Amino acid sequence: MNTEKLNFVFPSKTKMASMLLMAVGLISIICMFVFDTNAEDHHYQHNRAWANIFAGSFYFMGIALASVFFLALQYAAESGWSTTIKRIIEATTTFLPYGLSFLLLIFIFGQLHMNTIYPWMTEGVDDVASPNYDKVIAGKIGYFGVFWWIRTILYMVSWVLFSWKLRKNSSEADALGQEDSKGFHWKNIKLSAYFLVLFAYTSSTAAWDWLMSIDTHWFSTMMGWYVFSGMWVSSMITVTILVVWLKKLGYLDFVTESTVHDIGKWMFAISFLWAYLYFSQFMLIWYADIPEEVVYYKTRWESYKALMWTVFFVNFAFPMIMLMSRDSKRNFFFLIFVGAIIFVGHYLDMIMIVMPGTVGHNWTGLSWMEVGTFFFFLGLFIYVVLTNLAKKPLLVKNHPFLSESLHHSY
Amino acid sequence: MITKNIIHGIFSDEVPLLEACKKLRSSGIRINEVYTPFPLHGIDPIIGVPRTRLAICAFIYGLIGLGLATLMMWYMMIHDWPNDIGGKPNWSYYFNIPAFIPISFEATVFCAAHGMALTYLLRCMLVPGAKAKNPDPRTTDDKFMIYLELNEEQSKKADEILRANGAEEINYKGTLVIEAKY
Repeated sequence: MNTEKLNFVFPSKTKMASMLLMAVGLISIICMFVFDTNAEDHHYQHNRAWANIFAGSFYFMGIALASVFFLALQYAAESGWSTTIKRIIEATTTFLPYGLSFLLLIFIFGQLHMNTIYPWMTEGVDDVASPNYDKVIAGKIGYFGVFWWIRTILYMVSWVLFSWKLRKNSSEADALGQEDSKGFHWKNIKLSAYFLVLFAYTSSTAAWDWLMSIDTHWFSTMMGWYVFSGMWVSSMITVTILVVWLKKLGYLDFVTESTVHDIGKWMFAISFLWAYLYFSQFMLIWYADIPEEVVYYKTRWESYKALMWTVFFVNFAFPMIMLMSRDSKRNFFFLIFVGAIIFVGHYLDMIMIVMPGTVGHNWTGLSWMEVGTFFFFLGLFIYVVLTNLAKKPLLVKNHPFLSESLHHSY
Repeated sequence: MITKNIIHGIFSDEVPLLEACKKLRSSGIRINEVYTPFPLHGIDPIIGVPRTRLAICAFIYGLIGLGLATLMMWYMMIHDWPNDIGGKPNWSYYFNIPAFIPISFEATVFCAAHGMALTYLLRCMLVPGAKAKNPDPRTTDDKFMIYLELNEEQSKKADEILRANGAEEINYKGTLVIEAKY
């Protein structure tokens, strides 16, 4: 083991690149608010700009959130293979508070009627006398409003607390001896079990509250799992790309080829889970043909057809063909190449979830606005994750499964 | 006529066994078979087993399954007895494709999996009533064995290599007489 390379140093070139991405992104976000107007529709309040920022912050928050889930899964399942890459997963979870703060800001602006992402936030939506009255939303208003805000705060606080505590226990275990640190491992196993139960509920309800309620009239029982699988696969891609990139830089020589193969498998397998849920949601709605359900796909079919098909085929067929064989999951070039493409593919998926409910038929196809916002959040994500990765050694010290993970090979 | 010695090299661990296999192969000795109590991943290229073609078979069986399922559903739902389901008249296979995808998928997996299993069993002649071909029953418990069939000169070389790499026992199990055919 190369002990000199145990501490990651944020390369200045990468730091510059991430700052450049943020700068370019920030400029395009400002331009977006200037140019994104619609003179004919006075209800249109920079809808596309807000929707873009929402999609970006939710996507990268989702990566961090799914990483917390994956970390908890490793503890609860007491799996040994992933111990050598645990610090990388921990580093990706550090973006969680940043992503959530952006979401919170968007929600607050929405409640102040400065954006129209959520139709149920509109003033007088449940007042029969108001011109904004909507009978369907008025019937659901008890679930939104104050109750929605309580749930939102609950998700945000509990997720951040759990991820912070899991990371804290892990670094405190490092400071102690082999025997004393076992207590922290058990603490994390318990904590993970609680988190998984919490996450099982909140991942679905958060997807309903934050994404499904954009199309307030519409509902789907598949939505929670569909969003969750999208987050999970993006998180697996992020971890894979980080591990391969760090290996290329000369770090992580203790991570065996089999471990890389295993995260490649996760990337491959969760792509299928996502495709399965995407298709199931579509097929059930297509088959039943009930007007209040079909309306969701009607907008997508009319104004977003190319995007809809691209998202499905890129995120399903591409990893299926490219990552099927054992050799390609052990080939660093393939992992980075396929990973980068489906990373963008899942961002487009997020855009396809958010845009039709907010921008609707004003959509004119992908443009610099989507690219710019993606750059901003990508830059921020890289900066935050790598800064936090540099703070701790790349290998955990006293983990009970460390030796198993170091010798992981098949 | 060629006379060959049958040699059983017994090991108690897989690491020295793999090392011995590498040495044997690099000195030009053909390894007939290796018996182990559990599967050793990555042993195939070391003992000179060619890459399996089972994956190609799986692909072909999958295609057959996909074809059969499509034919079945087209015949039942479109050709022979068209139904109006949920306002979707079945006069076209293409326009009803989403409904047919789950069955196509299941049939593909079904045929690929069963075809692969049956091919594997037949290729290894593991048919009902097949006799166990394991020359040393201890390899089903905790021993690892390299099975060799070699002529006098090679036998000596193999004996040395096996001993040098930590074989617990080297058993000579008689000779094998092969009649020259030409």
